[in-house]
Amino acid sequence: MSVSTYKIPIGPIHPSLAEPMTFNFEISGERIQSVDLAPGDNHRGIEFMGRNRNVVQIIYLAERICGICSASHPFAFCRAVENAAGIEVPPRAEYIRVIISELERIHSHILWAGIAAEELGFNSVLYLSWKVREEVLDLLEMLTGNRINYGMFMIGGVRRDILAEQVPKIRETLQYYKDAYQTLEDVFLKDPSIALRTKNVGIMTYEDALHLASVGPTARASGVKKDVRQDQPYSAYADMDIKAITPDIYSGEVNGDVYDRIIVRILEVFQSVQIIEYCINNLPEGEILSEPKIVKLLGTLKKAKGEGVGRHEAPRGEVIHYIKLNESENPEVWKARAPTYNNLMSWLPMLQMQEIADIPIVIASIDPCIGCMDRVTLVDPGSNKKQVLTREELVKLSIEKTRRMVR
Amino acid sequence: MKLDKYLDRSLWVFHLNTGSCNGCDIEIVALLTPRYDVERFGIKLVGSPKHADVLLVTGPVNRKMLPRLKLIYEQTPDPKAVIVVGTCGSSGGVFYDSYNIVGPVDKHIPVDVYVPGCPIRPEAIINGVLKAWLKLERLRGSSGVEIEKKIEEVNA
Repeated sequence: MSVSTYKIPIGPIHPSLAEPMTFNFEISGERIQSVDLAPGDNHRGIEFMGRNRNVVQIIYLAERICGICSASHPFAFCRAVENAAGIEVPPRAEYIRVIISELERIHSHILWAGIAAEELGFNSVLYLSWKVREEVLDLLEMLTGNRINYGMFMIGGVRRDILAEQVPKIRETLQYYKDAYQTLEDVFLKDPSIALRTKNVGIMTYEDALHLASVGPTARASGVKKDVRQDQPYSAYADMDIKAITPDIYSGEVNGDVYDRIIVRILEVFQSVQIIEYCINNLPEGEILSEPKIVKLLGTLKKAKGEGVGRHEAPRGEVIHYIKLNESENPEVWKARAPTYNNLMSWLPMLQMQEIADIPIVIASIDPCIGCMDRVTLVDPGSNKKQVLTREELVKLSIEKTRRMVR
Repeated sequence: MKLDKYLDRSLWVFHLNTGSCNGCDIEIVALLTPRYDVERFGIKLVGSPKHADVLLVTGPVNRKMLPRLKLIYEQTPDPKAVIVVGTCGSSGGVFYDSYNIVGPVDKHIPVDVYVPGCPIRPEAIINGVLKAWLKLERLRGSSGVEIEKKIEEVNA
């Protein structure tokens, strides 16, 4: 084709919001023709490191796969090891695990909502949602001792108990989020300018979502009723009746656009509030660890032989950990599959024929652990002329589009 | 505010992620939001290293990001200060024995301030940026005694 298309490499370094990732866009005029992804900027060889460590040490490594999913990875990993070695988890520990991972979902979804608003040019909304998010971080800090990377999980249970005097503070925070629902709904779902920028943008159809094996809110926004907590109830989720949230619950229709992804995440925050409330009301008494002595636990695991799989519904979708124990101190194989790995390919249909100004919000809409960008180079293959755009200019384009549409 | 008088030239900060787990990175964003609100001190995150006085580096430095780390260090105009945020950038932390990690950061670029923690608290990053400000003041010609005096006035 002699009509000149432009190539835009984006990334890997970008100033504020996420991890490094390179995109190569083929642009014709203002429309995106095709997208190519070049991941690998954040590769640390975590699975390799895990093979030289014992199983308890790996929990802390798994926690640091992603700082935002720092309850989901250890949860799935502990379930995999318990599955391989046949360890029973006491019911109280199962409930505490669910409370921590649902608190994490609240913080992750609100964090995402703020970042999405920032990409559209609503900085005040970013500030509002991160202010709302600080409450759950305070609660997590009280329960676990850290704002991020909680160090809460252990093979066969959890490391810290929830004390009776902490329960009122949990209830207070849950009430805060129930009250905040109206604000978040007004700001994100009823605001006409957010709707203008996100409706019919970055569409992924039901079929595409199935073919590309999307998971989590990205798949659910396209109408795929897929949720590990619903499909294969585990841990304390088995005691509750959890239904996958799709956008038709709120708006009566499924479009698979960015707006639908906002709906799913906002509704899931309040689903999490209900789950935590149930757990607090029905918290069983008893032990929190099946084997409190770590040396004895490691001895048991050293003799264990077998394979195990652990699945968990992380904020971004299904996370799977696989482990193979072979009567030695270190596991023979450890494999982690994070949800963003599945969802990366969803960008290809979403970004096709979109405008350059929509790149930031569409990329952010799957809630990647990798997102915005530092620098854009426009290369015109005909004249070989290079034009460098910074991320600021790209976001400026996005903001200008918002202003234009609001007018 | 006395603080503003001495932070006469606001510190602009560029954030570079060299393969971090995102934990430190979201705490850096949390700095900008109402609870911590560093913009009241004039500290601002900028989109290009060419505008920055301070480089905030997170992550243990993997092979693919190493050339970019060096490039961005060179692109930041002098006088500059480098702050390593998080344990993995300071020493390797949990990522100490990987084939793809070539860090820590101070093996490749000069580092002025270390902020350890996994992840760090936002208050610790503010403290780190203030330490970097002291270094920049020294580079701008203030003597040790003058800086001490300024700190005393700020604290008073």
